[in-house]
Amino acid sequence: MDNLAWIFISALLVNNFVLTYFLGLCPFLGVSNSLETSARLGLATTFVMLVTAVCAWVLNTYVLIYAPYLRLICFIVVIASTVQFIEMLIKKLSPALFRAMGIFLPLITTNCAILGLAIFATNRGYGFMEGIVYALGAGIGFTLALVLLAGLREESELSNIPRLMKGTAMNLIIAGVLSMAFMGFAGLFSSA
Amino acid sequence: MKQNESYEEFIKGIWRDNPVFVQVLGMCPMLAVTNSAVNAIAMGMATFFVLVGSSFLVSSFRNWIPKQVRISCFIIIIATFVTVADYTLLALVPKVHKELGAFIPLIVANCMILGRQEAFSSRYPVRLAVMDAMGMASGFLLALFSLGAIREILGDGALFGIDLFGENFEPWIIMILPPGGFLTLGVILLFFNWFRFKKDEFLADVAAAERGGNG
Repeated sequence: MDNLAWIFISALLVNNFVLTYFLGLCPFLGVSNSLETSARLGLATTFVMLVTAVCAWVLNTYVLIYAPYLRLICFIVVIASTVQFIEMLIKKLSPALFRAMGIFLPLITTNCAILGLAIFATNRGYGFMEGIVYALGAGIGFTLALVLLAGLREESELSNIPRLMKGTAMNLIIAGVLSMAFMGFAGLFSSA
Repeated sequence: MKQNESYEEFIKGIWRDNPVFVQVLGMCPMLAVTNSAVNAIAMGMATFFVLVGSSFLVSSFRNWIPKQVRISCFIIIIATFVTVADYTLLALVPKVHKELGAFIPLIVANCMILGRQEAFSSRYPVRLAVMDAMGMASGFLLALFSLGAIREILGDGALFGIDLFGENFEPWIIMILPPGGFLTLGVILLFFNWFRFKKDEFLADVAAAERGGNG
């Protein structure tokens, strides 16, 4: 139980996928201009991550012991079909959300955070429960980073900043400062 | 004319449509592996191989791939090339492979590569697609190298592991750590913005002068 809690905290804060591993930066920089869209994208990503973790475990346990070199292709096919399924679902249920996310929805497939999750979980030899908890931590951590950046960007819309700084340059510098702040969480482990 | 056209496709990826500095794509490997120049170049070469190879295949098969499942098809093609690159690096340079670690399989998830297949290779003939891929990949390699070199010089006081400043230099450790990646790229993009504004101002000035001269 202790172990699971550490995996969760580690994926959520200390090794935050976006701010420490640089995974999933495209949606992080592209979609984070409004709080609501980024929260929804975060949720969608968390959901895909959970499904991915389950699929990765099944593949690792039953299929890939026979053919380890097919790992990458298997992972990506499973993830791609999951994402297409979710895309169809969202298109049906909420066309407004579908429009709001634009090109970034199909690009969840190529969101490295999702494939990275599957690969990291495999490299560390996580079991079923550990994988799920890891996916949950990583997904919520991703959402947290996305929402934090979106909040800061919404604030900065109202303030008077130099013309040169507007756009991605400033977002990256904000992300750098956020990343520095998250480095502080590394102390959680050494004190334990 | 034909020669010109493919040259155009090649050169636009390096500067005008540079995938990293202008389109801001493919950021994940970009920031994660650029803490030293050697890693940056290895990653750039691997991406070059994958992008050119998959553009070639996608463009050759573009009339046979059904529209509804095209993204899955592109990804399977890309994943095949990445697996090849992964095992090749493991065999040739095991040390670099170990340092890049999980980020080599993650080339699959580089949105720049899928973006090029969707936007270009699936619509144009093989020759143009390969030229475009080579241009984009060179632009990416260039961007990776400049970022890796800046971070290694400031964070380690060295380039390619060779000491540059002598022992009195106090390395900026932060540049090698994750925040340094964000900050460096932010500053480079700032420079690109400045350059673009200058160019626009210059063009506006020229236009104004011409109007004045004619009137």
